[in-house]
Amino acid sequence: MGLAIAHRFAKEGFDVQLAARRPDELERAKADLEVRYAVAVTLHAFDALDFHAHESFMASLPKLPYVAVCVVGLLGDQRANETDLEAAVGVMRANYEGPATILGVIANFFEARGSGTIIGVSSVAGDRGRATNYVYGSAKAGFTAFLSGLRNRLAKTGVHVMTVKPGFVATRMTEGMNLPPALTATPEAVAERIFGGYQKGANVIYTKPVWRLVMAVIVSIPEGVFKKLKI
Amino acid sequence: MRLSGWGRFPIAECNVLCPRTEADLIAALAQVPSLATTIAPAIARGMGRAYGDSALNTHAIVSMTAFAHMLSFDAHSGVLVAESGVTLADVISVFLPRGWFVSVTPGTKFVTLGGAIAADVHGKNHHKDGSFGGFVEWIDIVGRDGVVRRCARTENADLFEWTLGGMGLTGVILRCAIRLRRVESGWLRQRSIPAPNLAAAMSAFEDNTQSTYSVAWIDCLAKGANLGRSIVLLGEHALADELDVARRPAPFVTPRRRMRAMPFDAPGFALNQWSVRAFNALYWWKGSRGARQTLVDWDSYFYPLDSIHQWNRIYGKRGFAQFQCVLPLAASRAGLEELLSVISASGQGSFLAVLKRMGPQDSRFSFPMEGYTLALDFPAHPKALALMERLDAITLAHGGRFYLAKDSRLSRATFEASDPRVADFRAMRSERGLDQTFSSIQSERLGL
Ligand SMILES: Cc1cc2nc3c(=O)[nH]c(=O)nc-3n(C[C@H](O)[C@H](O)[C@H](O)COP(=O)(O)OP(=O)(O)OC[C@H]3O[C@@H](n4cnc5c(N)ncnc54)[C@H](O)[C@@H]3O)c2cc1C
Ligand SMILES: NC(=O)c1ccc[n+]([C@@H]2O[C@H](COP(=O)([O-])OP(=O)(O)OC[C@H]3O[C@@H](n4cnc5c(N)ncnc54)[C@H](OP(=O)(O)O)[C@@H]3O)[C@@H](O)[C@H]2O)c1
Repeated sequence: MGLAIAHRFAKEGFDVQLAARRPDELERAKADLEVRYAVAVTLHAFDALDFHAHESFMASLPKLPYVAVCVVGLLGDQRANETDLEAAVGVMRANYEGPATILGVIANFFEARGSGTIIGVSSVAGDRGRATNYVYGSAKAGFTAFLSGLRNRLAKTGVHVMTVKPGFVATRMTEGMNLPPALTATPEAVAERIFGGYQKGANVIYTKPVWRLVMAVIVSIPEGVFKKLKI
Repeated sequence: MRLSGWGRFPIAECNVLCPRTEADLIAALAQVPSLATTIAPAIARGMGRAYGDSALNTHAIVSMTAFAHMLSFDAHSGVLVAESGVTLADVISVFLPRGWFVSVTPGTKFVTLGGAIAADVHGKNHHKDGSFGGFVEWIDIVGRDGVVRRCARTENADLFEWTLGGMGLTGVILRCAIRLRRVESGWLRQRSIPAPNLAAAMSAFEDNTQSTYSVAWIDCLAKGANLGRSIVLLGEHALADELDVARRPAPFVTPRRRMRAMPFDAPGFALNQWSVRAFNALYWWKGSRGARQTLVDWDSYFYPLDSIHQWNRIYGKRGFAQFQCVLPLAASRAGLEELLSVISASGQGSFLAVLKRMGPQDSRFSFPMEGYTLALDFPAHPKALALMERLDAITLAHGGRFYLAKDSRLSRATFEASDPRVADFRAMRSERGLDQTFSSIQSERLGL
């Protein structure tokens, strides 16, 4: 999903900085972006969990970006998380701690400059905890709340924060799962929605849009009923 | 996973691997479940636009769709280095705005570079520019040993030559370098020449060999004195100053075509001979009345069917088969007459019948040779399949051969009889152990 978003912005002429744990694996993605859109692309080693390094990481970038997009996340295995706390903590950290700490640091840099857009990819799973993925979902819920607070804090500073809540997306994360086609987006479609939301200055977007409705229904179910449901 | 080629015939239950990186790919090739002591052969697959079973294999299909990165472009020479899963549609969308077009293109842009190399595809400019392979500078190909071999005309030349037209049976193409052609606009000047019969169509081709593009739509139901009546279409890339003044400032901008969908499987009878007749009559009427010279955008010109999403469903559930042969020049007239007579007498003329003059080509296993190629579709039902066997026999009798990228039904004996190169191809495969490591349902059927 991250690369699809990079393509969408590069298509518009944005230069791109890709940050990942194994930047050498992104060499061909870099070449691809450069050849297709004639933009400059740089690769940076980055671990969202290594929060001590966040500030120096930001300072080391060749240029402070205008737009920062965070797609860091880890689905994990809910059943395993119920007994293997190491695994559960991994999911919690990858979906909440990592994304929130790096965006918090970026927010400070953007605030100092007085401009910028921060885009955090959370999930519909954070809208309500469900038996099948509540460890992941609760971390996403935390991240969603973090983004909402950050948006509130920065509202008058010229820095905008957008929360993205994808439903199902056909990516590496969901490879091999049997997803309902009507509710599943392609990474390219998600990127298109994100770019549109960025241009409009949207606060919270759902992809696909139908998920806003789906989640409104799910959230409105009374807890007494909800706890007995299998969804 | 149930898969087929574009003709939706045959359909097979296949094991599909979708590696994302070179390391994944090599690991996947090494790990395919072993049958006894030997490894089960694999086959690469691009966009699945080959009509039949060229990219089918029940043991292991290696889908190359994640290998869709462009790696470099030299704006001086027009050489693009890209992974094999990049499609021609992709190449055009990136490079046409910069004044480049693909040097050779088949009738659909939804094919991968790997598929275009493996089938050594031809386009409407074959008589002038040859096949796709002529514009390939080098190929990186990987075998089951996990070794990536760079091959070109000067390096591993043997493997290079066998891979062009080798239908994926020499290994998996990972990357390639291809030369694009410079164009000044996204438009083509098209001239249509109505030809009342086969002789007229052939002389239109022979009189216009200087034209960059030429192709004919042929009415397969016309009989007697009208046998082979067609519209010969010639085309040239329009120069910038040949466009309307209003279009000159943005010569690469063409109207976006509206995509139509085939929302359901058309029942078999939708394509009975009457609807085919009506279609052909309309085409004929348009060609003979329409302006002789028109400007056409690249997408409508090269890819008239691409705007109908999943048009292959028009033949209904049972799918369809394409017959495509090429006849040597000297035998073309007689051979085409015989083919067309049999087709028109049967009344099973196809929706799409295309005639094209091919130029000389000398290659290890590619389809084209100097002469005429005829391509037409038939619904995959027994009557049509029997007719196609008669067409096979006529082709053989005139020294012609068949296009594997379109085939789903040829017999091994017919294929062997059509092409003396088959023996060399087999020998090459067994010498290199490729017969144990790469195969398709097609190659098994044809004993390649
Ligand atoms: C509407 C239509 C019009 C067409 N018009 C023409 C035409 O005018 N001229 C013409 O020549 N052809 C034409 N074709 C045929 C088409 O160009 C070829 O079948 C082409 O090979 C399809 O490419 P693909 O990516 O879909 O490959 P697939 O169909 O997936 O595979 C085709 C063959 O290529 C091999 N292959 C694919 N990728 C690789 C790889 N990375 N490494 C090794 N082998 C690989 C496969 O093993 C298989 O043998 C047409 C097809 C359609 C549907
Ligand atoms: N796919 C869906 O259906 C779906 C639905 C809703 C929300 N989302 C969210 O969308 C985002 C993108 O996911 P995706 O579908 O594109 O799946 P993905 O390919 O698995 O993307 C997740 C990315 O997060 C990175 N990451 C994980 N931990 C990291 C860390 N500590 N430091 C740096 N990077 C780290 C991974 O990097 P590596 O390559 O190094 O592993 C990977 O690139 C995720 O936040 C996901 O939760 C996805």
